[in-house]
Amino acid sequence: MKLNRRAFIKSAAAGSAIVAAGSIFPGISFAGWQQQEGASGQISWQKAPCRFCGTGCGVLVGVSGDRAVAVKGDPNCSVNKGLCCVKGFHSVQALYGKDRIKKAQIRRNGKMVEVPMAEALDVIAAKIKETMEKHGKDSVAMYGSGQWTIPDGYVASKLFKGCLGTNNVEANARLCMASAVTGFMTSFGIDEPMGCYEDIEHADVFVTWGNNMAEMHPVLFSRMLASRKRKKNVTIIDFATRTTRSSQASDKSILFKPSTDLAVANAICYEIIHNDWVNWDFVNRHTTFHKGKTNIGYGTEDHFSFTDVPEDITFEQYKTFLEDYTPEKVEKISGVSAKDIKYMASLYGDPTKKVTSFWCMGMNQHVRGTWIQNLVYNIHLLTGKISTPGNSPFSLTGQPSACGTVREVGTLTHALPHGVVMNEHDREMAAKIWDVPVTNIDPKPTYHTVEMFRALDRGDIRFMWIQVTNPMVTMPNLIRYRNGALKDDRFIVVSDVYPTPTTDVADVILPATLWIEQEGMFGNSERRTAHFDRIVPGPGDTMSDTWQIIEVARRLGFQKQFPWGEDEYIGKIWEEYRRFHDGPKHNMASYEMLKERSGVQWPFVNGKETRWRFNTKHDPACKPGTDFDFYGKKDGKAWIWARPYEPAAESPDQEYNFWLNTGRVIEHWHTGSMTRRIPVLHNAMPESYVEINPEDAADLGVVTGENVKIISRRGSVTMKASINGRGVPPRGMVFVPFFDESYLINEVTLDAFCPISKQPDYKKCAVRLEKA
Amino acid sequence: MPILSFLVLPQAGAMEQLCADLSAMEHCEIIPSDNQEVVVLVTDTPDEKTENKLQEMLKNLPSLQSISMTFGHNAE
Ligand code: SF4
Repeated sequence: MKLNRRAFIKSAAAGSAIVAAGSIFPGISFAGWQQQEGASGQISWQKAPCRFCGTGCGVLVGVSGDRAVAVKGDPNCSVNKGLCCVKGFHSVQALYGKDRIKKAQIRRNGKMVEVPMAEALDVIAAKIKETMEKHGKDSVAMYGSGQWTIPDGYVASKLFKGCLGTNNVEANARLCMASAVTGFMTSFGIDEPMGCYEDIEHADVFVTWGNNMAEMHPVLFSRMLASRKRKKNVTIIDFATRTTRSSQASDKSILFKPSTDLAVANAICYEIIHNDWVNWDFVNRHTTFHKGKTNIGYGTEDHFSFTDVPEDITFEQYKTFLEDYTPEKVEKISGVSAKDIKYMASLYGDPTKKVTSFWCMGMNQHVRGTWIQNLVYNIHLLTGKISTPGNSPFSLTGQPSACGTVREVGTLTHALPHGVVMNEHDREMAAKIWDVPVTNIDPKPTYHTVEMFRALDRGDIRFMWIQVTNPMVTMPNLIRYRNGALKDDRFIVVSDVYPTPTTDVADVILPATLWIEQEGMFGNSERRTAHFDRIVPGPGDTMSDTWQIIEVARRLGFQKQFPWGEDEYIGKIWEEYRRFHDGPKHNMASYEMLKERSGVQWPFVNGKETRWRFNTKHDPACKPGTDFDFYGKKDGKAWIWARPYEPAAESPDQEYNFWLNTGRVIEHWHTGSMTRRIPVLHNAMPESYVEINPEDAADLGVVTGENVKIISRRGSVTMKASINGRGVPPRGMVFVPFFDESYLINEVTLDAFCPISKQPDYKKCAVRLEKA
Repeated sequence: MPILSFLVLPQAGAMEQLCADLSAMEHCEIIPSDNQEVVVLVTDTPDEKTENKLQEMLKNLPSLQSISMTFGHNAE
């Protein structure tokens, strides 16, 4: 029987690869394959979106008894067409780590003791009430996540903004997506990408801007490579600050000095105009030109504030502005040869080529994050290569629901599920749907993430509830924020699945269900909402994050706003939430349809998904009688911005002479709290390391495996060197992955941020190295 | 006892070499496409240590351009 079962599983494995091949290479045949009919009925398969990155692959989870035992790529999901990456495949093992948190805990006399769940929830509700009475409504805060399900974020926002009356709701997506949002808002007046992953099969050229897709979005990278193999004339350009696996698989790798992507993007626009590659018909009818403030600061001081003041400019003024960015001048700033700049410009400028630009953290975690998004949009707008199949400026997300839960539900201090707290009409809509007095919703945003943790340190915030995230590993300039969280008279609640450095600072720990142990929805990078059922039971007293919030809300007297039963609440919440997005610009699929399909894209209008927004052929929200309508802006025109190059907040100098760049690796998800408990992934990448250029390593006298101390003005960490490993930084730069809590690299990083998006820059600060 | 399946793409012109390389490796079964340069690979290893070793060998195959996973099973 056992052998039969194994043969059956092998046959299923081959079958899923063949199905995947069929959707990626139409017409492919495997004449030699004999499907084996083996034992069946032992594994049942159910659909879910993967939770380990923003790609949003559909997976089928194989369940035996009440345990998830296998994963295969879902061939019905257009995101991955049956593919799956190493994290996705191993994802179910994250449910079964030995040290799962199964019971609620409360700190008593300095020690965590297990208590019944109801008691912990009572304590939380009482503490919220007491803190608000003593210190005011804005002394309590919720800090959530782009890994929150949509219902998690929705009830958090409803409780805090609608019922308690504080805008202190933020999410870790501020650390990963905020610049993407402000980029969209400033260029188009509306958030989220216009294109979709189908652009991959249509594009002739891909330019990846600071984006190691081979490791961070592996399935999309596989689709790009498959398209290149199938079409033969596809070119992939890796434009980055260090050499990675993506560079190796690309047709050309071009390295730039940190922050100078701003200058290079301007130089590309200079070349497009200089060579008359401008699509004048498109530009004249669909764009306007603007400039904003310059020398806008870096936000390293408490209470920093900045408001941009846009001004209209003419095309001629824009052209004059670009005179500072000739390829020859930019070569000196960026280290990119004028020849390579001209080459990139010629790819964008060639009217016969469809071009897709991809980016993620390299452009988002940038002290001029909003600007660099504007500048890449400029390139696509000047050439009219936008909102059509294959022509796509494509901002990828890092987390499975940074779009769905944070950007669409609006779990940031200024946002509401529709619109912003500053707008009276948006407040009225929220108050009506939430059934709360409109005066409950404060018209003033409070703290963005960095300022929220500064407020916790200062004592302006006294209570913080953290769900589905691990800020005591991820906050930049971490030492200050950990000390702040540990101060007397601060009360920290953490809902999580495993012990982390964040649960270490908690006063109450709530055991949470993980992924398919609860029902929920995620929203991915291409506006796709994917539903998953509760497929397996959670262990011990674990409870979904949504239900934890509902329990606390009821204890605070908001039964009327949170009336649902445990067997129906996700469906009810979804139907309430989607009222916010009623209309052709953002309509969302019904709960029943989400349950049925492997993800549905919004705007979902008259039973149809919208693949390319702002294009009248595809998007029913466009005004009839025009080919494109950038309806986020009042006049229907997208904005081309004159934004200059400005340097990073902290650049190497004589004392701190290296750039520090941080990021991820394919094996681990974020801080590793889940993937480090998956034996295969942990064994493949057991600890973090510092990548050093071989010549710098020789100067320092270190070889791979020897310890190096990385020192900044804020802290230091000692770890093993990796020389000529999977990534190689240029001379004068080191790179450290942040997944390993034993090496807290964020004690070294700087909490500077983009003044418009307030997103910190994890890619650029100054350090020095010592052989340890 | 992991069972995994992958789509494997060869380097340009290396389809035959890739098939030969993969067929020669222990724990590997292949199903080459007969009309495209794509190979389905199914691996069946007795334990994770062997699996890790095999993955390392696959990564270092010169005839291999890219490898994408499609299925995984790892129950005892
Ligand atoms: S690419 Fe991302 S979403 Fe897809 S399987 Fe891998 S981790 Fe999951």
